[in-house]
Amino acid sequence: MSGARLDLEGIGKSFRGLRAVHDVSFTVPAGAVHALIGPNGAGKTTIFNMIAGVFAPDAGAVRLDGETISGLRPDRICDAGVGRTFQLVKPFRGLSVLENVTVGALHRHRHLGQARDSAAAILSRLGLHDRRHQLAESLTLPDRKRLEVARALATEPKLLLLDEVMAGLRPTEVDVMVQFLRELNQRTGLTILLIEHVMRAVMALAAEIVVVSYGEKIAQGTPHEVTRHQAVLDVYLGEQEMA
Amino acid sequence: MNLVRRLVGNAPPRILWSLGALLALLLIAPALLGKYWLSVLILILYFAYVGQAWNILMGFAGQLSLGHALYAGLGGYIAAGLYFHYGIGPWAGLFAAVAVAATAGAIVGYLGFRFSLAGVYFALLTIAFSEFTRVAFDHWAWAGGSGGLFLKVDATRDIVNLRGGPVLFYYVILALAVGAFILCRALLESRLGRYWLAIREDAEAAQAVGVPVLRCKMIAIVISAALTALAGVWNAFYYNNLFPETAFAMGRSIEITLAPIIGGLGTLFGPVVGAVVLTGLGEAFTDLSDALRISGIKQIFYGLALLVIVVYRPAGVWPWLADKLGLKERQP
Ligand SMILES: Nc1ncnc2c1ncn2[C@@H]1O[C@H](COP(=O)(O)OP(=O)(O)O)[C@@H](O)[C@H]1O
Ligand SMILES: [Mg+2]
Repeated sequence: MSGARLDLEGIGKSFRGLRAVHDVSFTVPAGAVHALIGPNGAGKTTIFNMIAGVFAPDAGAVRLDGETISGLRPDRICDAGVGRTFQLVKPFRGLSVLENVTVGALHRHRHLGQARDSAAAILSRLGLHDRRHQLAESLTLPDRKRLEVARALATEPKLLLLDEVMAGLRPTEVDVMVQFLRELNQRTGLTILLIEHVMRAVMALAAEIVVVSYGEKIAQGTPHEVTRHQAVLDVYLGEQEMA
Repeated sequence: MNLVRRLVGNAPPRILWSLGALLALLLIAPALLGKYWLSVLILILYFAYVGQAWNILMGFAGQLSLGHALYAGLGGYIAAGLYFHYGIGPWAGLFAAVAVAATAGAIVGYLGFRFSLAGVYFALLTIAFSEFTRVAFDHWAWAGGSGGLFLKVDATRDIVNLRGGPVLFYYVILALAVGAFILCRALLESRLGRYWLAIREDAEAAQAVGVPVLRCKMIAIVISAALTALAGVWNAFYYNNLFPETAFAMGRSIEITLAPIIGGLGTLFGPVVGAVVLTGLGEAFTDLSDALRISGIKQIFYGLALLVIVVYRPAGVWPWLADKLGLKERQP
């Protein structure tokens, strides 16, 4: 397993006249960890949905290692090597935690037994092993977020899209997740793009940050650069998070 | 061997022994039971079988069909028509029957799933197809039109043409029911089966982890329709007559859904337990209404009994029963 490069080339998307994303371009090099930040409603999740194939961009293209993936179905994009989590978590509620992740693992392992072993290993690393026989619907929100990560990872992606997986975690839990992701990235070279409001996590993980506001990219750079960027400060004026 | 291991898998020995004993009993049942009880057992097996077939689409893949009479009706009519007109026996005819029903399933499925009809909207589509077909068969001379199609009643056993008495039909439906049970177990323990469950729980999340949702749903409806067609073939030769008004009736479709709903959607034992409960209740209330000499009371009691079960055991009788017996059908 290794990482893939992601290129967004001027992608845009409107919903019934509402311009949710407009002309956004950036690159995440193979093996890098980048963050996508911006106020609520800025269009971050919409960008993820375009990368993951929930809908095709109205304009522009998404490329993974140079191959155009925009316009493909979500399952094809998963085949291409993109794993994603959902901001509004989508567990398979009536299945056990283990089986949730097993479904993801079946993407790489044809046999149920192998898939289950692979799923169990991922659950251990995310600290969900003790809960593996519980129904997913019985999990607390932080655990559901972890389950999202586990299920996406089980598909063995080359690019992992994480949509606010730290939201609702306590600071110590954030640190555990950060540590997990950093170790994962270093060990496997997996490329990670994360949408995150928890700046503590962004600062700890991201080599670069892309800032969007009202559907447009307003800044990009290292955490150090971005936190001193005037447009960014304007957007976040009065907000605690950048402090 | 590998297949056997996968089928038996981690099923507790206690269940395997019980199932073996049950199967042995069922195999010798015709020697033990009188005519009446054999006919009751035949009904149970029939509903267990079609329930299992319907459960693949609804219980596993989460797609509600209220038009499964379409596939049973098509299967029955095709096989009976081929025999009636050309003397082609049902063992050959069933291939045509299954092919036609599976095609019908594929058409319904494609229209429904391609255009993302979900829940009741998909159900309406399945009803519409069943109704159209009923009207078409009313006017189709080859199939006897609204006057129906009749096979010559002949109790001399002729296995090649599936002619004979209840014992023959008993063994055929037993084989179907056992076969469907094993098939469903194998499907559930496969990648496809897990993909169905994932789709049932959340199609968008399933697709995000690489599940080809449309293809999996199509496979579900085609398998379900094909199995249901076999029930239709069996039915046509057992009862020796077919009418569009009954073969494609809404009531026939509903009847198919009841055993798995009452027994437990998405479980392997649900359709079987549901068939036992439903047929038992049906027979009991028939006896009661005969004894009381009030016609129609059967339907009222039957309806009330179903209501009580659905209200108090919304997940079905089997999950509750399994719990009482200290068993647990491993919820995947
Ligand atoms: N499927 C959709 N249909 C209609 N509008 C949408 C849809 N998804 C997002 N939007 C709109 O697009 C804008 C951006 O939303 P989103 O990408 O979720 O923002 P963020 O993730 O940055 O909070 C919002 O105004 C939102 O209401
Ligand atoms: Mg969002």
